[in-house]
Amino acid sequence: MNTETKQEATAMHMPAEKIVPQSDLYTRETTTVRTPDENPGPVRVSARDVSVFYGQKQALFDVSIDVPEKSVTAFIGPSGCGKSTFLRTLNRMNDTIEGCRMTGKITLDGADIYDPSLDPVELRARVGMVFQKPNPFPKSIYENVAYGPRIHGLSRSRSELDSIVESSLQKAGLWSEVKDRLNEGGTSLSGGQQQRLCIARAIAVSPEVILMDEPCSALDPIATARIEELIDELKQNYTIVIVTHSMQQAARVSQRTAFFHLGNLVEEGPTDLIFTSPVEKRTQDYITGRFG
Amino acid sequence: MAHPFTPQLDPAADGSAERLKRIRASLGKRHAQERRFRAYGIAAIAAALGFVAILFSMILYQGLPAFTQANLTLDVNFDPEIVKVADRPVQAPDQSVADYRRAVLDWERKVTMVNWNRVLEKAITAAAPGVDIDSRAALSIVETSERFRLRDMFVADPGLLGKTVKVTMLASANADNWLKGNIDRSLPDAQQQLSAPARALADKFMDGGQMRFAFAWHIFTNGDSRSAPASAGLAGAFVGSLYMMLVVIVLAVPIGVMSAVYLEEFAPKNKFTDFIEVNINNLAAVPSIVFGLLGAAVFINYFRLPLSAPLVGGLVLTLMTLPTIIIATRSALRAVPPSLRQAALGVGASKTQTVFHHVLPVTYPGILTATIIGVAQALGETAPLLLIGMNAFVAQIPGTPLDPSSALPVQIYLWQGNENRNFFEARTSAAIIVLLGLMLMLNAIAIYLRARLERRK
Repeated sequence: MNTETKQEATAMHMPAEKIVPQSDLYTRETTTVRTPDENPGPVRVSARDVSVFYGQKQALFDVSIDVPEKSVTAFIGPSGCGKSTFLRTLNRMNDTIEGCRMTGKITLDGADIYDPSLDPVELRARVGMVFQKPNPFPKSIYENVAYGPRIHGLSRSRSELDSIVESSLQKAGLWSEVKDRLNEGGTSLSGGQQQRLCIARAIAVSPEVILMDEPCSALDPIATARIEELIDELKQNYTIVIVTHSMQQAARVSQRTAFFHLGNLVEEGPTDLIFTSPVEKRTQDYITGRFG
Repeated sequence: MAHPFTPQLDPAADGSAERLKRIRASLGKRHAQERRFRAYGIAAIAAALGFVAILFSMILYQGLPAFTQANLTLDVNFDPEIVKVADRPVQAPDQSVADYRRAVLDWERKVTMVNWNRVLEKAITAAAPGVDIDSRAALSIVETSERFRLRDMFVADPGLLGKTVKVTMLASANADNWLKGNIDRSLPDAQQQLSAPARALADKFMDGGQMRFAFAWHIFTNGDSRSAPASAGLAGAFVGSLYMMLVVIVLAVPIGVMSAVYLEEFAPKNKFTDFIEVNINNLAAVPSIVFGLLGAAVFINYFRLPLSAPLVGGLVLTLMTLPTIIIATRSALRAVPPSLRQAALGVGASKTQTVFHHVLPVTYPGILTATIIGVAQALGETAPLLLIGMNAFVAQIPGTPLDPSSALPVQIYLWQGNENRNFFEARTSAAIIVLLGLMLMLNAIAIYLRARLERRK
């Protein structure tokens, strides 16, 4: 059955080298099984041979992947497989962890983000992040959203800042719920609203890429559905990378899926393909719930 | 009667009845254990509260009487026979200001030379007609500082000459003791502080209404005094303590908070910072008298700062308070959830922005509490102050932090050792009440600010 699906996959999708001749991803010798998109878009973020160590322990082994622009890429895999670790290398959040170091290369629009001349602060303004647990600042709703634009000097006047706050909250689908209480504390909102506030906070600085680290794991199904709708809307303007434990969620929101296991990127490809006809046995076992 | 939850199943079937029996048997034991623990807790709290209650009631019982003192209201006649001075000089048209000043000073000197004791004595004997009493005994019931009051009144208004005015004067400490019963009335004459006629006179004035107990405001407005113990107050010590508090707050809070922020958030974690951390913790355990020695050696001997100055006291107490503030601030910073730091870093805040915009504001209540505890501790500290000369007798109220001064706890220590035990025992407790009141006020401010800061979230 496995070989059958593999053949089917190659039949459905053209060989990689022919579609994106400039990309070296499909010609490299790795253990990762890759299936390219039918019509691959331009690549925004690309990682090559990324390994991450926590002290002596290696958490990630030579991960290479391309993240296409204006789409949702999902990272799935069992707990401790390194998917969140990899996500955090994309905006250098791992820098803040004591004893964490990485090798390999990650580029954003072709520029190395680990270049010593690049300020991680600037990088994080371009690559926003939404965390697992909603973590609004203990300040007002307005201040939560306005903080990023303010420190980056993105607005010249109060009215400009007001309009950034409004449009960010609108994009995050929260405006109608909070427009009359912008001065109330961000922590007084419900869990789902808090997470949308965090998304609004992330998009207020107009990042190019948004990283989401299990953004719905602390939310109820209704709030989750709202966030997923939101992700679907946001992908028209932003490149989104999402880590999720829920395979249904990955199937619902993402265009491409990457499966991690024990620090290795096992398989990556178009989401519908990964979920209907995975090539690797481990991928299949995981998505059918045999482990994880 | 069967237990209401006796299972309806066949007990033999799955052994559930046996299991239930065992659980119930252990339940009794567990509940008894819990009751025992609660009883221990309540007993511990009751004991602690009991000791506090005993302490407070003793201090209040001893100290409250000191807030009222005997006052003697007399008709004082500025008799021209005794007050024999020329008229107050008037500035002549051709007289220079300096000459006029000199003339006035001359006149004031002459006024001081007047036998004011005689004026006082006449006022006393006039109020008690028919009592045969020598002048020494008569004067012994009025505080020695009061004759200067009469002089000052006359200097302020020379028109009093020949007039009779009602003047309320402090009774002497000895008279106060006698009237309050601080000294056993049945003791023989040789063991009494006042002579028999003076005691009789004091009692007579008390019965006649000339002598009354009134609230002793001068405790809060006067400096310390030895020659006139009844007029001794703790204003000097109070102001000295306030200056020291100011120095501690101005120096210890910024230095302590900044050190803690740097060590916790920015400093690399290595052997050197570990060494610093260990030393800060050790510093917190150094006996306060050692800080006093350090202050004497460094601030007074090396930097030549004045002795007995609240500035030096404040510096010593700052050194003592720093470890408290650093340790408390660090633990407050450590308690901030990492998600907050991540949130700030995630939107592109720099390390410094993350710390100062988000992490530090969350720790304000903790830092505030630590500051108040540290300042309260410093306020009550006595030992280091003894070594930098703040136990000196200082009669005036310090105008600046560089003037010699005492401090509230040192004042308590000095009064506690005063030779006029009967009088100063109550004074000591009164000073303790003032010090405790100040501490309670500080704590109330801390609680209020804390509640406000926490509400703002």
